Amino acid sequence: MTTLAKHPSSVAPAEVKPRPKSGLRGLGDLKIALLFIAPAMIGFIVFYVVPTLRGVYLSFTEYNILGDPEWVGMENYTAIAKDPLFWNSLAVTGQYVFLNIVLQTALALGLALLMHQVAKSTIIRGALLLPYLMSNVIAALLWFWMLDYQIGVVNQFIEWSGLPRVAFFGSEAWAIPTQALINTWRHMGYTALLIFAGLQAIPGHVYEVAKLDGASAFQTFRKITIPLLRPVLVLVLVVTVIGSFQVFDTVAVTSGGGPVNATRVIQYYIYQRAFTESDFGYGSAIAVILFLILALVAFIQMKFLKGNESDLD
Amino acid sequence: MTTTASRAPLAQPASRRRRPFNPRRAAAWALLVLAIAVSVLPFLWVLRTALSTNNALATNAASLLPAEFSFGAFKRVFGLQSAAEAVAEGGSGAQIDFWLYLRNSIVFSSITTAGAVFFSAMAAYAFARLRWKGRNAVFSLFLGTMLVPPIFTALPNFLLIKNLDLLNTMLGMVLPYLFMTPFAIFFLRQFFLNMSREVEEAAMLDGAKHLRIFFQIVLPNAAAPIATLALLTFIGQWNEYFWPLLVGSQDDVRVLQVGLGVFKSQSPQGAPDWSGLMAATLISALPVLILFAAFGKKIVNSIGFSGIK
Repeated sequence: MTTLAKHPSSVAPAEVKPRPKSGLRGLGDLKIALLFIAPAMIGFIVFYVVPTLRGVYLSFTEYNILGDPEWVGMENYTAIAKDPLFWNSLAVTGQYVFLNIVLQTALALGLALLMHQVAKSTIIRGALLLPYLMSNVIAALLWFWMLDYQIGVVNQFIEWSGLPRVAFFGSEAWAIPTQALINTWRHMGYTALLIFAGLQAIPGHVYEVAKLDGASAFQTFRKITIPLLRPVLVLVLVVTVIGSFQVFDTVAVTSGGGPVNATRVIQYYIYQRAFTESDFGYGSAIAVILFLILALVAFIQMKFLKGNESDLD
Repeated sequence: MTTTASRAPLAQPASRRRRPFNPRRAAAWALLVLAIAVSVLPFLWVLRTALSTNNALATNAASLLPAEFSFGAFKRVFGLQSAAEAVAEGGSGAQIDFWLYLRNSIVFSSITTAGAVFFSAMAAYAFARLRWKGRNAVFSLFLGTMLVPPIFTALPNFLLIKNLDLLNTMLGMVLPYLFMTPFAIFFLRQFFLNMSREVEEAAMLDGAKHLRIFFQIVLPNAAAPIATLALLTFIGQWNEYFWPLLVGSQDDVRVLQVGLGVFKSQSPQGAPDWSGLMAATLISALPVLILFAAFGKKIVNSIGFSGIK
């Protein structure tokens, strides 16, 4: 009776409805929800949850695919701690991540500001986005050709300008910067569009007030644009860092970890240990470490983002 | 009065067009044009190389036009050249079946896109429109998997596919992507949350069940975001390299991205088949280029949103 009083408009249908139906109300839409969510849930459990747990388990085993995994405790981890190739891969990846952050963020911020000031057309944004839509493999091969030592067009220009040719993929000093440049080329426009979207969200009256107060362009940029853009910039940084840590495709297609160990990044090292040397336990242990690094990055992200949520209000 | 009123809004754009020359603006435009050139010109260079012959490339390394115009590279890629001809033009002479890889890529990308988008839409409906206990907790759990790096699950997933005896089968390649992606669920849930309840409630009063509401009201009303998501998913799947490399290394299921790597490694180390490689690269990029030409605006406009991931 109380329900009837609460919904005077639905008096008639409620009276018609049979009683058991209102008893099911306590469950909400649970039954039908389970039906709708079932396929996704299967995929989620089978291909995300179980593999995550199994990956952690495998990292404590020795497993070469042929026999059964054999529990070895922390052995893989202690071996990794003493493995110069692992530390090298970490250092190389770190170098790559750092270069990507600096190059990509600086270029993308510049591009976003340029677009915001002079051109907002979809065609321009589309042109800048084009490299991002290409696969890593295509970006890698395209630059592998253009940066070729002998007849690559970039080296032709370098020679014309009177400088010595650069062995982009062949020299240890250039190998990682080259990979970072390729990645920057692919992601620059995408990152710029993210920042551009952030710029568009800054209300115009903030700038008008600054103008009335006599702020210079540089002051406005430093005191208004950058702080209000901080959430987007943090997001961009985190996406860049997490993505860069997982570099594989370009390395696999172009330099294959070389010359010497110059481009043997973490993910490539995992791939080699697990799939070419059939050492799944060891590979999984490195993957766990990579996972922990990325989780740490994500944790820092959440802290930063929460601290900045109010900036735009 | 009426004339001045109608003239005023017209005057504004006119004066905007006649802006005096501003060096800062000009410099900004110059930089922007440079960035666009860096983004787009490499593709023209790929086309130019693909239409050249390898012999001419070496002596004519920087001309903008094809060096010794020829379709030989494309013929080689599609296996329309005899081995002897291919070797004469700087190819490896080994047979590589790009038609097959093209078909595999289309099958792989289409099936995974259709499955992931459809099942994710169903789940997103449950997360956005149905009321059930634990809804938000389960959703956060799903979202949390976005943080798990793909390499981490790739190893155990490879073992699972191997144990199921599905290595080098299309099913094995497709399965991990088929049921959901956390991003797809997140993306569609955003849209479903904002749909008005009125139509849905009217249908309910008429006795429509959730399945009918989902298929006849929610899906058609969300056609635009679903199309955008399908587009993004398809491009992403088309570009996927790591998983197909692990699971589909044999010819009959090998996709274009993996085939490209094989084609490259077949080139003799001393003198790579550059024109062939660039022709193959272009063919692998073509579907994305076509989609981009057709739906560029949709893709560009989705970036601000997808950045939230």
